[in-house]
Amino acid sequence: MKKFYVPLALFVVLVGFLAVGLNRDPRAVPSPLVGKPAPAFKVAQLAEPGKTFAPADMLGKVWVLNVWASWCVSCRQEHPLLVEFARAQVAPLIGLDYKDTREDGLRLLRMSGNPYDFSAFDGDGRVGIDYGVYGVPETYIIDKAGTIRHKHTGPITSEVLEKTILPLIDELKKS
Amino acid sequence: MKRLFLSMLLLLACAAAGAKDAAPLAEDPAVEKRLIVISEEMRCLVCQNESLAGSRADLALDLRRELRTLIKEGKSDAQIKEFMVSRYGDFVLYRPPVKPTTWLLWLGPFALMIAGVAALVAYLRRRAREVKDTPLSAEENQRAEALLKEVDQ
Repeated sequence: MKKFYVPLALFVVLVGFLAVGLNRDPRAVPSPLVGKPAPAFKVAQLAEPGKTFAPADMLGKVWVLNVWASWCVSCRQEHPLLVEFARAQVAPLIGLDYKDTREDGLRLLRMSGNPYDFSAFDGDGRVGIDYGVYGVPETYIIDKAGTIRHKHTGPITSEVLEKTILPLIDELKKS
Repeated sequence: MKRLFLSMLLLLACAAAGAKDAAPLAEDPAVEKRLIVISEEMRCLVCQNESLAGSRADLALDLRRELRTLIKEGKSDAQIKEFMVSRYGDFVLYRPPVKPTTWLLWLGPFALMIAGVAALVAYLRRRAREVKDTPLSAEENQRAEALLKEVDQ
């Protein structure tokens, strides 16, 4: 009987590793930007090209930066949640229209509703590179001091919104 | 066989000729060369099993453009690596640096090998002790000889 303990233990360890490994999302790459100041940029806004936006404008506020694009299919998946989030007015929600054309971006907002306070326009994706964007949609939570406190890659789910994003914003607003 | 060889040679010649005809990718071959060396060591984040050099993903295209600019600005390899790591983390590197969080990654295989060799040695030693030399009895010897004789005939 004792003979079986060692292989059994090894098997249990292996199953443990697989259970953890296979349940993790291989696309979720930990961002080195969390805890660092949000990279500075200054780009034109999407709807009003005459106006610019820079993250420094938001100092003193807890805000959410959502990277989206009209060509991005999974952005449509999270869109209703963003609309809901905007309606609750928890924090300013600013979009970054990534590698898109103005017409396509604006058309999407007209058709499915605009949850953003406004969107900045990053047509050539330069800002996206500074933020380490690799899979749109991506969502960043930035605190009052301009530090990135959380990054979510991929569409937001209601679970992520309830369990991670909203509590974090509440906490950051208090500090 | 000979014909197959010849046709293959011909095919190779055609391929070589085609390669010679291809237009250079960019105006500066030195930049391209360095770009390839650097980007082959980096992972494309969109298709994670492709290198940045080999990927046709949009993001890889943009990143190569970005790296090209950095090379032209005369940035060192270390600076370029830092540019990528500060944005995408160690994950972009095919050879992540050795630090506490990557010890398991770097040393794990060796630890497993050492454990395996130790287990093998322990097993072999135990077995050597268990297998005893038991000489045949006189009767068994006779039977064995008889059997061998039978085979010889």
